[in-house]
Amino acid sequence: MTTSAVTVAATAPRAGFLRRRTRSYRLLTVPALVVVGAVIVFPWLFTLYMSAFDWKIGEAAHFVGVANYTGLATNQRFIEAIVHTFYFTLLAVVFPLLLGTAAALIFHREFRGRGFLRAIFTLPMMATPVAVALVWTMMFHPQQGVLNYLLSLVGLPPSLWVYSPTWVIPSLVIVEIWHWTPLVMLIVLGGLAALPTEPYESARLDGASEWQLLRYITLPLIMPFIVVAAVIRTIDAVKAFDTIYVISSGGPGTASETINLYLYLQAFAFYNVGNASAVVVVFFAIIVALALLLLHVRQRARWSA
Amino acid sequence: MSELARDGMLTAASFAGRPARVTLRRLVRRLAFWFAVAVIVSPAILVFLWMLSLSLKSELANLTYPPVFIPDPPTLANYIQVFSQNAMGLYFRNSLIVSGGATLLALVVGIPAGYGIARLQASRTLVLILIARMTPALSFLIPLFMVFQFFGLNNTLTALVVTHLVITVPIVVYVMAGYFETLPRELEEAALIDGGSIISTLRYVALPLARPGIVVATILAFIFSWNNFVFGAVLAGRATRTLPAAVYNVLTFEQLAWGPLAAAAIVVTLPVLLLTIFIQKEIVAGLTHGGVKGA
Repeated sequence: MTTSAVTVAATAPRAGFLRRRTRSYRLLTVPALVVVGAVIVFPWLFTLYMSAFDWKIGEAAHFVGVANYTGLATNQRFIEAIVHTFYFTLLAVVFPLLLGTAAALIFHREFRGRGFLRAIFTLPMMATPVAVALVWTMMFHPQQGVLNYLLSLVGLPPSLWVYSPTWVIPSLVIVEIWHWTPLVMLIVLGGLAALPTEPYESARLDGASEWQLLRYITLPLIMPFIVVAAVIRTIDAVKAFDTIYVISSGGPGTASETINLYLYLQAFAFYNVGNASAVVVVFFAIIVALALLLLHVRQRARWSA
Repeated sequence: MSELARDGMLTAASFAGRPARVTLRRLVRRLAFWFAVAVIVSPAILVFLWMLSLSLKSELANLTYPPVFIPDPPTLANYIQVFSQNAMGLYFRNSLIVSGGATLLALVVGIPAGYGIARLQASRTLVLILIARMTPALSFLIPLFMVFQFFGLNNTLTALVVTHLVITVPIVVYVMAGYFETLPRELEEAALIDGGSIISTLRYVALPLARPGIVVATILAFIFSWNNFVFGAVLAGRATRTLPAAVYNVLTFEQLAWGPLAAAAIVVTLPVLLLTIFIQKEIVAGLTHGGVKGA
């Protein structure tokens, strides 16, 4: 009885002190929360609200309930945009993951000029996408473009690149690979830097080859980092806009029109913000679903390992 | 004695039999390694070099086939044309104001927030930031466009600065929260026990230690804001375009030839590339952990 009273007396001021402190730390986050609320949370809520209206900028809005959504479900162009987005995303995730992991394995080794070469390798991801997209547009040019010249050097026939409905998406993926492989490399490199050395020593003593070390030790250990890179890459590929807009604008026809391009046209070419808001909601749902799917894969991978 | 001698002989024998094969194998492996390095690094540098080459050649040289790779003689005419026929100075200034303003505001609200989050160990708050990163930039744009229209702010730099906070605030909060977490708490504890307030502790103890983190947060926020195209393309007017929006909207292919366009592209992206090289090491360290990138 007496002892507990003493403890209470001793901790009470300390508890009050800590509570006050916690409150002060919270207060520090308030300005940022206000900003985030104004420019991030409010737009989300307003988008949900607008998606229930037939709403064109400059005209009166009419409440239509879920009609915008049901309209999208039967909208051939929107469904094709979803297909294009998935096709683009699949390619723009798989190739950067493969190349980025290979690059990380290379840059993980010690060699002369490593820092400098790594710096060069990471430049594309920081370059202004619009500026780079302009240069790629010139490189893709079927007559004067440098890419067709390079193809001719190795004896391949010229390609129409972004002017061909079949090849436009793979061509855009090339730009995406060039742009974002460095980010995958950096994430996987972080994983490699954190690797323990013991498994390698014992495996070498057991006579494992370099390839076996890579296949059975390195790859399983860096898998979590590759999955993180896959999640980030998926989110970014689904959202890709600048390079597609500048290089092909969704063309030829609508051959490379992704959800984001369709969204842009609806909102800022046709000013159909009600419908565009419904597209945003569906789009966001797709992104969240893809991210959750990949994280689920990560869990499964962890269990089976 | 005999054992030692035998050992010595064995090593000598094995050395005598192997050297040629070993060095040849090592040479081949080394060549293969450097070939792999070249394959992986060359696309990155070649695109930039081609960009530079296009910007330094006359229009005639740019349109010849097969392409001319090295400008002979190099000319600055494209740069002169871009600057004299367009308000590049104005666009440059707009970009500086928008990215500088949005970065500065993000530092003002983001550094205290990052500190609070780090000390509260409220990593869940960062989930909000992650969700913000997952949201397509265009989806922020539609509602903000409507609000700016309501207040008559469309086509103003103010609207652009506010919109760019979508990019800069999450980066600053994320980087700073991560950086403050790595700082030791003992000094801050001492300051607090001596009666310092949380604000003064942040100001006089934590902030000076966090300077490298602030530099990285500032540069990353600035770069991703500078690179943003779509906000400027939608919200800016004729006189308030940022550089990326101006390069796309004003200097189209119909109006301009390849040389001037390439020159303009270099003008837009060169500041960013220089900043990247400047904080190369920090980018490697920072991005390996978070995968920070603008909206």
